[in-house]
Amino acid sequence: MPTLAQYLLLSAILFAIGTAGVFVRRNLITILLSIEIMLNAVNLTFVAFGRALGSADGQIIVFFVMTVAAAEAAVGLAIVIALFRHKESLNPDTFTSLKW
Amino acid sequence: MLFYVFGAIAIVTSLLVIGQRNPVYSVLLLIASFGALSGLYVLLDAPFAAVIQIIVYAGAIMVLFLFVVMLLNAPHEDTEYDERVHPLLRPGPMRFGAALAVALIVELGWALTRRADAGAFPSASVSSVDAIGRSLFTDYAFQFEVTSILILVAMVGAVVLARREGQG
Repeated sequence: MPTLAQYLLLSAILFAIGTAGVFVRRNLITILLSIEIMLNAVNLTFVAFGRALGSADGQIIVFFVMTVAAAEAAVGLAIVIALFRHKESLNPDTFTSLKW
Repeated sequence: MLFYVFGAIAIVTSLLVIGQRNPVYSVLLLIASFGALSGLYVLLDAPFAAVIQIIVYAGAIMVLFLFVVMLLNAPHEDTEYDERVHPLLRPGPMRFGAALAVALIVELGWALTRRADAGAFPSASVSSVDAIGRSLFTDYAFQFEVTSILILVAMVGAVVLARREGQG
């Protein structure tokens, strides 16, 4: 029977992979996917803690996180489409016109 | 035993997601990763989270990603040139990042091994969809309603952002 610590360790590894993806990849779609990996790592933490505390609140927060993730994906992908239409590229280094 | 199988699948597919050059493969591998996470939720006695993980995440959000990837039909990204000029692949930032990673591993190991009996799960669990729904519509009713406004705003925002300029 795995313990809470093992679930937290797995969640930390997944979150680190997602963070590395945001920093290392140069593709807006892959960066959004890395954010999804991080959100899921946090969801795993919520469910594991909810199980450890014997309460249903963990799963309810997961429900809210998924809602926010859906909204974020819809708006983020709309922005990606608008940016791609503008510059014909998905490389974030292309979009530096707000850089001072 | 199943925990290690699902955990290994989740880690390997997540690593492949950020290692792929083709975004279509990345999205498909991420769906596999979400399937493994869904299995972990089942192991944690959270069938509701497992089911909405598959239906909402793998079924709806990832299909949205896949749709956009195929719609854009983007040219090949992350070419060798991009990797050569990547600001984070210079020696200084790489050493700094490696130091941060080592610090994270040491702190995690320290935090998780301080108590030997850390987090053996209790045998009883509240996981029925009945309890979740009851709590969602009584204790969390306000947050639930706010969520519906959030989705409405996101929907309108996505439509406005993705509209072609010069229309309407």
